[in-house]
Amino acid sequence: MDQTQLLQTAPDSSNATILLMGLRRGGKSSICKVVFHNMQPLDTLYLESTSKPTSEQFLSLIDLSVMELPGQLNYFEPSYDSERLFLSVGALVYVIDSQDEYLNALTNLSTIIEYAYRVNPKIHIEVLIHKIDGLSEDYRIDAQRDIMQRTGDELLDLGLEGVQVSFYLTSIFDHSIYEAFSRIVQKLVPELPSLENMLDNLVAHSSIDKVFLFDVNSKIYVATDSSPVDIQTYEVCAEFIDITIDLDDLYVENDAKGDSQAVAKDEIKSISYLSNGSVLYLKQMIRGLALVALIRNDDESESAKPDTNMDEVLTIIDYNVGCFKKLLMKMWESSKFRPASDNEDYA
Amino acid sequence: MSQSSRKKLLLMGRSGSGKSSMRLIIFSNYSAFDTRRLGATIDVEHSHLRFLGNMTLNLWDCGGQDVFMDNYFTTQKDHIFKMVQVLIHVFDVELKSINKDIEIFVKALTNLQKFSPDAKIFVLLHKMDLVQLDKREELFHIMMDKLQKISNPFQFKLVGFPTSIWDESLYKAWSQIVCSLIPNMNLFNSNLLKFNEVLDAEEIILFEKTTFLVISSTASIQRQSLSQGSHLSSNSLDALDPKRFEKISNIIKTYKQSLGKLRSNFQNLVIRGSNGLHFYIDFLTDNLFIMIVLRDRGSGGGCRNTLEDLLILENVKLARKWFEKIEGGK
Repeated sequence: MDQTQLLQTAPDSSNATILLMGLRRGGKSSICKVVFHNMQPLDTLYLESTSKPTSEQFLSLIDLSVMELPGQLNYFEPSYDSERLFLSVGALVYVIDSQDEYLNALTNLSTIIEYAYRVNPKIHIEVLIHKIDGLSEDYRIDAQRDIMQRTGDELLDLGLEGVQVSFYLTSIFDHSIYEAFSRIVQKLVPELPSLENMLDNLVAHSSIDKVFLFDVNSKIYVATDSSPVDIQTYEVCAEFIDITIDLDDLYVENDAKGDSQAVAKDEIKSISYLSNGSVLYLKQMIRGLALVALIRNDDESESAKPDTNMDEVLTIIDYNVGCFKKLLMKMWESSKFRPASDNEDYA
Repeated sequence: MSQSSRKKLLLMGRSGSGKSSMRLIIFSNYSAFDTRRLGATIDVEHSHLRFLGNMTLNLWDCGGQDVFMDNYFTTQKDHIFKMVQVLIHVFDVELKSINKDIEIFVKALTNLQKFSPDAKIFVLLHKMDLVQLDKREELFHIMMDKLQKISNPFQFKLVGFPTSIWDESLYKAWSQIVCSLIPNMNLFNSNLLKFNEVLDAEEIILFEKTTFLVISSTASIQRQSLSQGSHLSSNSLDALDPKRFEKISNIIKTYKQSLGKLRSNFQNLVIRGSNGLHFYIDFLTDNLFIMIVLRDRGSGGGCRNTLEDLLILENVKLARKWFEKIEGGK
């Protein structure tokens, strides 16, 4: 592997880039496959060892590249253009296998942080304490505390006190990996504060309990309102997208499947009433995004005629969500943080 | 509730062929993944399942180890094989010693002929996911031919299905098995067709509520009458995925499970699809769910408001009392 190969795979600097690093067999490729390719977690057992840096593009709200580096390489050999690499990335995600001995990984991590931080002080450093599905509940907290403590000490020894390092407990067998990636991606969206503000406004005026802005393919949420995220609500909302899309796909006629691009598609919208009076609401937004909201109907006084009440609420929500979508489109047109020519390259 | 509405189903097969996994997935909301933890069934495990209100399925899940098997065919045979409506025999396609499997099957058939000659026989070739895709059909036909030959002397007509717990084939098989037990299918079918006419829908499907097995659908009724020679206008649905019913069962069941996390259940689901189709899933009676697929005939994305949805849901409400009558009336 020589320098040219790395240069080819090096991501375009106009994309927000996430760099996935870690020791070998830490689970990096599995994470990529599960989150971005909808692979079943069990199937990742059969993945081969990654031998060269791979880079993938994901066009979502922001154009995202995820670059995965093989674990067994040493990046500080002179043949690697590591400086250029670290300069171009927005976030560095380091995967630590929590079921394995992690002291080696921590040393490796602090060397990488030291180098990356020197090259690019604006880089976000994220640490995934991975494969926690195999640890018992108490031990997870212990492991996290231990890893945080040791990393802090190492960085202190290197004289890097100001570096912000975020830690996440993750596993590909539940939704924690999506949660972690959602947080990481959110840090790279420059419009996040205004997005959150808009969603807060939507929630305040529509009696919505919780709202997510999802990327439909990866089930990562790029924004949510400011109320705390309940992991169960997130899971249900993510699965609601799957169900809506799956049902819709079943009725695409076979002959139309080929040229689906040519047919102008209507936006998908779905509403589901639950037995406890809540309502799940989904509406398609721009750029492969979907807005999913959980609407709770706790109003006891009006429960006598919940149907009519809910219909009024839904009409208001429909209107408000329409406004939100218009705003989102406007915001997107005006946010020219990358030159227009780049868009065509990946279109 | 007459005695005749109690149905006895025997679930038999060699040990490890996946009988209990099947039962738990279909009737107890297990996911395919959960069944890995199951141990061996000891002797016979009885489960009583209410299905469509007044029908009770007595499912006898017979443990398949040789010790128990020998018992069934000797000391317990009149107990086991009396009053059987349905025998579901499960064959593990992976198993090498096929002769032993067939030996047991023959024993079961012999006993059935003696104690309940009217029983329906279903054969499931299970664990099909372990066979290569291109070889599945061939293997299925070879096996079915062989089994039919064996059962010919007993005057039983076999119905066979290739199944796997990892895809929707399991739902297809069980939905046909259960449908064969419903006495007033014709009434359901004719009313469904009428309702379809009223709504001018693309397709209507009826599901059982707890298991989400497909009871009936307008497409399958039309296919039946087509094969009988009468001419109904064939519609665009022929181009659709023929496995869609089972897939819908599967999807909705997943949805129901995920809603369990919110400690809730679902009442209805309205989807405005991407290519002009609208889906309405709503409960019809206490035991039935209905799914209606409508084509948007308005001129391309016109004014669509919630009123339209309300109209459909109101129609479903009005249809409710008809279907409740069918269910109750026997």
